[in-house]
Amino acid sequence: MSRFRAMMKMTAVRLSALYLLLFTVCALVLVFYMTSLSVRLLTTQTEAAVNEEIESIGQAYERGGIAGLVRSIDRRGRQPGAYLYLVADPAGRIVAGNVQSIEIGVLQTDGWIERPINYERYGEGSNDPQMHTAIARVVVMPNGIRVMVGRDLGEPEQVRLVVRRALMAALGIMGVGAFLIWFFVGRRALQRIDEVSAASQRIMGGDLAGRLPVSGSGDEFDRLADNLNGMLARIQELNEGVRHVSDNIAHDLKTPLTRMHNRAESALASAKTSKAWRAAMEGMIGDSDQLIRTFNAILMISRLESGYSTETMELMPLSTIAEDVFELYEPSAEEAGVNFTLGRIDPTSVKANRELVGQTISNLVDNAIKYANASENPVEVTLSVEKENDKVKVIVADNGPGIPQDQVDRATERFVRLEESRSQPGSGLGLSLAKAVMKLHGGTLELTDNAPGLRAVLVFPVGEETYELQSQGGRR
Amino acid sequence: MKILVIEDDREAARYLEKAFAEAGHSADVAGDGETGYTLAEQGTYDALVVDRMLPRRDGLSVVAALRAQGNDTPALILSALGQVDDRVTGLRAGGDDYLTKPYAFSELLARIEVLQRRSSPKEAETVYRVGDLELDRLSHTAKRAGQVIILQPREFRLLEYLMRHAGQVVTRTMLLEHVWDYHFDPQTNVIDVHVSRLRGKIEKGFDTPLLHTVRGAGYMLKAAAAGTDA
Repeated sequence: MSRFRAMMKMTAVRLSALYLLLFTVCALVLVFYMTSLSVRLLTTQTEAAVNEEIESIGQAYERGGIAGLVRSIDRRGRQPGAYLYLVADPAGRIVAGNVQSIEIGVLQTDGWIERPINYERYGEGSNDPQMHTAIARVVVMPNGIRVMVGRDLGEPEQVRLVVRRALMAALGIMGVGAFLIWFFVGRRALQRIDEVSAASQRIMGGDLAGRLPVSGSGDEFDRLADNLNGMLARIQELNEGVRHVSDNIAHDLKTPLTRMHNRAESALASAKTSKAWRAAMEGMIGDSDQLIRTFNAILMISRLESGYSTETMELMPLSTIAEDVFELYEPSAEEAGVNFTLGRIDPTSVKANRELVGQTISNLVDNAIKYANASENPVEVTLSVEKENDKVKVIVADNGPGIPQDQVDRATERFVRLEESRSQPGSGLGLSLAKAVMKLHGGTLELTDNAPGLRAVLVFPVGEETYELQSQGGRR
Repeated sequence: MKILVIEDDREAARYLEKAFAEAGHSADVAGDGETGYTLAEQGTYDALVVDRMLPRRDGLSVVAALRAQGNDTPALILSALGQVDDRVTGLRAGGDDYLTKPYAFSELLARIEVLQRRSSPKEAETVYRVGDLELDRLSHTAKRAGQVIILQPREFRLLEYLMRHAGQVVTRTMLLEHVWDYHFDPQTNVIDVHVSRLRGKIEKGFDTPLLHTVRGAGYMLKAAAAGTDA
């Protein structure tokens, strides 16, 4: 019973059963309708024939009186066929006809006998009297003589039986067909679904790299599996991203924390002079500042990504922002031995948040100076603002180690510091911050090869409200 | 200097109270916005340190209500929210300065001391003097002991800011804010390099240093030979 219930839980079985039931009901209705229709048709015909017979018997009576009637009945009764003929005297005794005996009381009726009646024919083996069923009409003559004409019901009964049997057989075939369809189509579908659910179970169980089976037939199941696989891939990607970020947060926050801890410990253990204490304390403050910076950057990025108010944006001279950043970084670049120059500066304005854009350009310049330092050649960093059709590009180009082309995408992910730069100070958030800021401004961050070095380009779209700035002569 | 600290975090409030006392100021603490407002309303404080998120009444509305009453006690807003638009709303509500948590106390102290001085009439002076150093804001010239010092426009603004707050500690972020008008954390030594260039120009060839580095905090322009705690 429980197996049956489990089976009924399967969609294919349920559907098949439902269809089978529907077929059966329809077929039964059909059988019933067909048989009753054919029987009714036969009955009508029979009645018409009986009426005709009575008519002609009546004519024989008019022509030849009782004798003529009996003769006519006798003659008709002898013909092979299914008609019953009977003449009885007023007392009900059978005088002539082909009926040997009949149900009692039938002859007392006048007119159609509305129900099938039982009777026995002459001429059949009297040792095995057989009862038949028939319908009949009785006519009572004015002199009390009764004439009955009827027709055996064996024939319509047979028709009914034949039709019924045929339809039953058809029903059986339909049932088998339904079963076969269920077996071959339903079960196959069911199997695919089972495969999918088994695969999902494996994935839920932790096998995140697992995918749903695709048969390659391109049917609905394949399309579903394809879409679900796409979804799984995206989930896996996000999941890995989160794990990556948390690994990196752990690393980036643990490093300064560990350093702080060590500084405090070693100061406790060995610092004798107040100067040593002071140095340890200052070092710890430096480390905690680093932590705060990292946190601020994380917060800022998530804030930018979750939709920053664009209320703070106004039309800003991008060229001036770039020049300001140049002016801000020029001395420290010089001190670091970097040849920091201003390239082509097209005076342009874009709708921007000065603070964010200034910080972003600063980050790029800062990165360029910091990482370019690692190379042996004399370091060159160039900052330029170039207008191209409907775009303005702020370009920070250096001739440092650059970013390998295959790692460019990763470089803008949060916390990613490419292996070579792990030892450099920084939160690893600069480029992802830049990316988030550019997205907010409807632009993009492009990192390309400067051969050698890195070319970081902030691409701003130029809106309608942008106008060309007057050339600011003499400004450096 | 009498400071009112409106801060609901008791630990932080106690720390501020103690630190201000050590720096030679006296501080009162209010634990919620309503109490803070009542105390500040009396107008007996030189400066207010207001946390942005407070029970009963938030910091911005306290400051806004004080300003509406014509009370212009300098107020510094402290907040865990440090984004550009947060700063803008903070200053729009009537705050004079905005500092993001977590902050270094030296930064807060420097900013509070500068704020308090802001209400003094130095803004109106056209010539600033620190020792033998002289800066004329109208003619955009600087002289030391009568000798003209040639400054770039930005160096002039840097010196102007330092001289306006002579005798006070100014931090690197304060310089970035007031001289370059940026509010982000400079991270690297960009400001230091600018300051040391300026120092080269105003001290080269002179015996007495004027521009002092205050370790762990920032810089101070000071005339007297009395050393800083460097």
